[in-house]
Amino acid sequence: MALIEIKNLHVSVQGKDILKGISLTINAGEVHAIMGPNGTGKSTLSNVIAGREGYEVTQGSVSFDGQDLLAMPPDARARAGVFLAFQYPVEIPGVSTSAFLKTAINAKRRTEGKPEIDAMEFLKLVKAKNKALGIPDDMIKRPLNVGFSGGEKKRAEVLQMTLLEPRFAVLDETDSGLDIDALKIVSDGVNALRGPTRAFLVITHYQRLLNYIVPDYVHVMAGGRIVKSGGKELAYELEAEGYTKYLAAA
Amino acid sequence: MAATAKTVETVRDVEAYKYGFVTDIESDLAPKGLSEEIVRFISAKKNEPKWMLEWRLKAYRYWLTLADEEPTWAKLHFPKIDYQDSYYYAAPKQKVGPKSLDEVDPQLLETYKKLGIPLLEQQILSGVAVDAVFDSVSVATTYKKKLNELGVIFCPISEAVQKHPELVQKYLCSVVPVGDNFYVALNSAVFTDGSFVYIPKGLRCPMELSTYFRINEKNTGQFERTLIIADEGSYVSYLEGCTAPQRDENQLHAAVVELIALDNAEIKYSTVQNWYPGDKDGKGGIYNFVTKRGACRGKNSKIMWTQVETGSAITWKYPSCILQGDGSVGEFYSVAITNNHQQADTGTKMIHIGKNTRSKIISKGISAGKSSNTYRGLVRIQGKADGARNYTKCDSLLIGSTCGAHTVPYIENRSPTAQTEHEATTSKIGEDQLFYCMQRGMTQEEAVSLIVNGFCKEVLQTLPMEFAVEAQKLVGVSLEGGVG
Ligand SMILES: Nc1ncnc2c1ncn2[C@@H]1O[C@H](COP(=O)(O)OP(=O)(O)O)[C@@H](O)[C@H]1O
Ligand SMILES: [Mg+2]
Repeated sequence: MALIEIKNLHVSVQGKDILKGISLTINAGEVHAIMGPNGTGKSTLSNVIAGREGYEVTQGSVSFDGQDLLAMPPDARARAGVFLAFQYPVEIPGVSTSAFLKTAINAKRRTEGKPEIDAMEFLKLVKAKNKALGIPDDMIKRPLNVGFSGGEKKRAEVLQMTLLEPRFAVLDETDSGLDIDALKIVSDGVNALRGPTRAFLVITHYQRLLNYIVPDYVHVMAGGRIVKSGGKELAYELEAEGYTKYLAAA
Repeated sequence: MAATAKTVETVRDVEAYKYGFVTDIESDLAPKGLSEEIVRFISAKKNEPKWMLEWRLKAYRYWLTLADEEPTWAKLHFPKIDYQDSYYYAAPKQKVGPKSLDEVDPQLLETYKKLGIPLLEQQILSGVAVDAVFDSVSVATTYKKKLNELGVIFCPISEAVQKHPELVQKYLCSVVPVGDNFYVALNSAVFTDGSFVYIPKGLRCPMELSTYFRINEKNTGQFERTLIIADEGSYVSYLEGCTAPQRDENQLHAAVVELIALDNAEIKYSTVQNWYPGDKDGKGGIYNFVTKRGACRGKNSKIMWTQVETGSAITWKYPSCILQGDGSVGEFYSVAITNNHQQADTGTKMIHIGKNTRSKIISKGISAGKSSNTYRGLVRIQGKADGARNYTKCDSLLIGSTCGAHTVPYIENRSPTAQTEHEATTSKIGEDQLFYCMQRGMTQEEAVSLIVNGFCKEVLQTLPMEFAVEAQKLVGVSLEGGVG
């Protein structure tokens, strides 16, 4: 069943057309990868899915689980199960990572009609996830993303995803800035969440990530369009040949 | 619309003041206006001794000479107050003081409940002694017996005037002289109630002392008077918190609080102030002109002020420390939140007189809507205060672009061996921060509350536990859009 359905999506930013007719259907249980050169609109697509301000949808639609996603405010999308691992996670000074995580978890629990998470239960849960992701427990005492290294920021994104267990997660270049060990750990985190009810859209620059998170489908994006789609072998092809021919086509 | 702009709008839209309700307990009112007769009336109502009346009259006559000398140096704008258009005495209709809570007007108790102050439960659960002030007259005092046994005096100041005149005469006005400023002179002439605390030598007061203030009578100025004395080697933590019903007309509140810490004594004074701030167009709201000052009179004494100021249309308040004793310490922790058309001009004065005195100032100002938020602080180190130290940190957080934040630090250092350090920052809640939080499922209000609470954590964590939780909620509520 289609979990997310993007139809002929056109988006402009400050009057400039960035996405020029994206269509993409992702079923529950699938992992799709989008690859493409810088500045082609990959983050624009993630932001539009998540509901960030400043993007004008001039044509097309996005539905999530049968609902009109574009009509929902960003927090409602999140509570419905849409998660974005940010390419550039935002720093929130003064707010400890643990306070942030707890508030986010409780927002979700409220939607599910559950009571707020108990302090002990929260700690136990976070510690378990930290361990799996190779995150030192001390990290959650620090203000969210403030002074985090690139790798720490990306791990913190995956930690949040793991705790919130979204139904659809977009990972926007979560692999950039990670060394090979971190990459493996983060990929394991994603793979652990894979399952028949969940879907992922993995945006990456490098084929390397797809060795660890093996996608069902790969799409090449250039000039605001999906110019080619295929199976996981398409990633190898791109690695070998580069994007040049697609850029010319776009 | 951009998320920040939306926040600005939603915080501007705070409609019904969350604690807006009026209890219709009939009041025993003095006629409107201020005159020598009114001062005599108040004193007679309180059965005061002659010295007290004389003292009030002196203050009143002095106030008359100040007629046109209301302070104007603060960054505040408000219409001129007609002091003859106010009532200066109002008492709930209760002829005899209640002996227990059972005798307290049930409607009154209901009001406290709405405010989240369940007296009965408080008595049982928290061990907090409550001297509840309702419209200038104390109606319930709990835990009095236990405190009595320890030698602590915690009572309405009018009772202290009767029962402990020697302490009152010795200390009242010893920190804040009658002529200190316009509002102090006014308060000294007409104050109707407030609290008195005396902690005996060497006692660490085992419970937090707290007073909840309410303003309930229409057009009634409130002139509370608080006097706290910590004798040698003692410790006390005092909590003051309040919420008030919604109303239309501006209300003047001019309290005076004096603290005295003798050798090795420590006083911790915490306030959560949440009076009606006026509506979103700036109509109504409390005018809060408060003089709070503590004297660290003894060696190695310490006074710590913590305030969370979220209410009032106008806040004019500078809890200060006079560091007289060698090695004494003054600390000031403040969160001031202004929204809509609120104006706050608040800060502290640290006057270093004794040797090796230390002071610390942590101020967090949060402005939203069309509000104006000013930190004004003075650090004065006198010539003989060898080795004095001050550390000041003032942080401002802006929500939207129609509010104003100002920092006005004055530093006067006359001692070559003293050191002062000042830091200041201004930041804004970014759209990207709000979006990030909302992408994790938080509502915009939750996101604002989380970010603001993070910003003021350093101050909130100095509050006593039971107050800290309340204050965190208040921080969220006061910036909330619509009532949640
Ligand atoms: N907020 C913005 N304001 C102006 N231009 C933007 C904004 N966001 C993206 N763009 C432009 O849109 C294009 C696509 O950017 P982006 O979606 O970030 O690409 P990618 O993620 O594929 O590198 C770029 O030309 C970029 O400059
Ligand atoms: Mg990008």
